Amino acid sequence: MTVPVLAALADSARAVAHRRSGGACVCGDGGAVLADRADASVVRHGDVVAKAHAPDTDPAELAVRLDVAARLPGVLLAPSAPGATRLHGRLVTFWPHGTPVDRDDPDSAPWEAAGALLARLHAAPVPGTIPPMRGPAKAARAVARLRAAEPHPAAPPVLRAWAGLPPWARDEAAAPGPLALCHGDLHLGQLVRGPDGHWLLIDVDDLGMGDPAWDLARPAAWFACGLLSPREWTRFLDAYRDAGGPAVPAGAADPWPALDVPARALTVQTAALAISKAVAGRRALDEVEQALVDACARMSGVDVRPPELAPDATK
Amino acid sequence: MQCPKCHAPMHTYNRNGVQIEQCSGCRGIFLDYGELESLTRLEAQWGQQAPPPPAPPTAPQGYPAAPAPAWGAPHGGHHGHGDHYGHKRHKSFGHMLFSS
Repeated sequence: MTVPVLAALADSARAVAHRRSGGACVCGDGGAVLADRADASVVRHGDVVAKAHAPDTDPAELAVRLDVAARLPGVLLAPSAPGATRLHGRLVTFWPHGTPVDRDDPDSAPWEAAGALLARLHAAPVPGTIPPMRGPAKAARAVARLRAAEPHPAAPPVLRAWAGLPPWARDEAAAPGPLALCHGDLHLGQLVRGPDGHWLLIDVDDLGMGDPAWDLARPAAWFACGLLSPREWTRFLDAYRDAGGPAVPAGAADPWPALDVPARALTVQTAALAISKAVAGRRALDEVEQALVDACARMSGVDVRPPELAPDATK
Repeated sequence: MQCPKCHAPMHTYNRNGVQIEQCSGCRGIFLDYGELESLTRLEAQWGQQAPPPPAPPTAPQGYPAAPAPAWGAPHGGHHGHGDHYGHKRHKSFGHMLFSS
């Protein structure tokens, strides 16, 4: 993002932060850039965060997603102001600042809260027409980026694993039901402690209707690739099931028939992005990135597991 | 990564697709879980010219049993210092678990 837009974003955050205090800034720290990526730029001032959404964001879909965030207190962080404003051609939204997960302390990661919040999101009533969850679209975009990158020896097994996925997981067909309200891009950066100290989900850009197993699939992929211990994975999954989450059958001992396809897709997505970044940075894959590629290579020898019968199909 | 014996930096080498860490000081070699088995398997393949069947995933000890997909990594290691998870988990936690 260009510097003038970041500066304008910081000015907007400051203006909103001091709307009720007569304009005098006593925050001391000025504007802090929390993120500046191609898909979003985020600037904080005091307890207000201003986010400039991706240039191709659909205004009507963003409005629906903001409305959902405002309607689910205790699950999603609610925006500070309704609707989005335009700034240098970008859609900008305002949010209260929340405390993120500590990247330097893996033992403090809120696995139980993540599982319980997703269960509540997936069980939430759907207000009106909601756009599709964008998880499969993000996976397809990551694979397109890999294809556009210079050739890399790790790319073929990742592309083979992608080719083995059903069309819906590659964003080539609608997701099979039953659908639920999904976050669409869950990772540990998507949780913050709100003003009252409770964990909340943030970032509604990919939120929408989809297979709720997609939201469990990134932790599932980390576990399957050996990046997350069985203990942490079990804490997350048990919390989700205990809170009544619908993505995995409550009584079944093995959640993998429901998780298999989305977890493969997230593994492919993560591996594809890792290779693209390694190629761009002219560096070798690190150990963690190689573990994802290795998992993709193993997928080609293992058939996709048949989907579960829908719960209501037996009645 | 630092050598657990002499604390000198360790360097990663790739040998037939297996990542090996070697200490730049004492030349000691660190093998992650499954890497010794991978090397042994490669050696056997070299001798027989026929791949043996892949080893079944081993039941983790000390962890709660958690079903995993057949394409997953073999879960193993032990509780305590220097285990498989501790090593890879700390490497992955900082970036992989926080990004899209």
